[in-house]
Amino acid sequence: MKPPPFSYHDPRSVSDAVGLLSKLENAKVLAGGQSLMPMLNMRYVLPDHIIDLNKIEPLSYLRETDGVLEVGAMTRQRDLEFSDVVKAKFPIIHEAILNVGHRQTRNRGTVGGSLCHLDPSAELVTLSAAHDATVTVIGPNGTRDIAFTEFPVAFMTTALEPDELLTRVRFPRWPAGHGYGFVEFSRRHGDFAIASAAALLEEDGNGKIKRASLTLGGVGVLPVRMREVEKALVGQTASEDLFREACEACRKVDAIEDVHAPASYRQHLGAVLSRRALVAAHGRVGKA
Amino acid sequence: MSDKRRKIAVTINGKRYEEEVEVRYTLADFMRQQLGLTGTHLGCEHGVCGACTILFDGRSARSCIMLAVQADGHEILTVEGIAPSPDKMHPLQEAFRDNHGLQCGFCTPGMLITLLEFLRDNPDPTEQEVRIGISGNLCRCTGYQGIVAAALDAAQRLKPAKEAP
Repeated sequence: MKPPPFSYHDPRSVSDAVGLLSKLENAKVLAGGQSLMPMLNMRYVLPDHIIDLNKIEPLSYLRETDGVLEVGAMTRQRDLEFSDVVKAKFPIIHEAILNVGHRQTRNRGTVGGSLCHLDPSAELVTLSAAHDATVTVIGPNGTRDIAFTEFPVAFMTTALEPDELLTRVRFPRWPAGHGYGFVEFSRRHGDFAIASAAALLEEDGNGKIKRASLTLGGVGVLPVRMREVEKALVGQTASEDLFREACEACRKVDAIEDVHAPASYRQHLGAVLSRRALVAAHGRVGKA
Repeated sequence: MSDKRRKIAVTINGKRYEEEVEVRYTLADFMRQQLGLTGTHLGCEHGVCGACTILFDGRSARSCIMLAVQADGHEILTVEGIAPSPDKMHPLQEAFRDNHGLQCGFCTPGMLITLLEFLRDNPDPTEQEVRIGISGNLCRCTGYQGIVAAALDAAQRLKPAKEAP
């Protein structure tokens, strides 16, 4: 359980990091290390070069401007957890982040690292899909924005080119008073989620749904935005029966089958957790 | 020096160490094998069991999934640095002894460090909060009952000291 030999690089700027990334063969980018380091210890990956981003200070920030939460790629997960802005204006992120591993891993683990690793059950991945996030990446030819819907392309594979680096993620704010709910099922607290659901709701004064967002995590290899459910909800009056009926669509999602659970169980959890997330979201409408 | 080795300077439990390390060395292996600080235990070596938990600049982290080179210029606290003096235990350690918070003791260094940070941030926790607080540390002996009791007891022991004038 020791990492294989590699050369270590700790650039001080994003441009130096991009330079190294385009120059070096078989290089891996090290962010918080909470996934890459175990993979190195187990020798699942055998890179010739490690490019450590931990000395690039400008990649670590968290700010809200014009209703958009902007988070630098090297911002620690704990910074989201303890941010007052996140708690007040992006409450689903606060609720979900408490399910991301444990205190010890959130202290080191980064937002960008989690998004690039793209574990199917990663809460930050599910949140980014739910919140219509946009990521910014930089490569030798400059920067480009990628809508998060386009970012995950295959199992644990992103739209990043091999010489590109993720620099930030932006979450547009939902209006004050929106409802939110993040529900997750795992064997033990802090374990990888077998399934999770993230729901956001906007209602008019009479309980009529104006806008809905529902995302499943851990069910498919990629986060699944349940557009079909969202469509079925908009324009309707919120009720548990409505949510239950609409969420039946989650049983048809193409689901992962592994040692933890068969696909049918994940589909079942998808439907149940979605309903619970929507019920929680509805109960919170108008309260924040 | 090739790019496979680096010189680092790190402060551990108040003592400064200047060492040359192999860059692939984990922080845990560096402390245990190169410095002889074997108080930090290695259980799973892939960031699951929590036995290797240390405070890195005051925040808990798993030293088996950090590189020693990343500690250059930083401050670390390990279980060896918890007690106020060689013949006196920290109140948290006392609480572990009095509440059967350990049996074989393998998980204890990680438990103590984790709870040190936890009780600093949350001096008056509920039982449920303690259980979530130590959810990243595995114990195969106690069934956690004694550890939870010790943590709650330690919170009480640490309180008067803080409130004293």
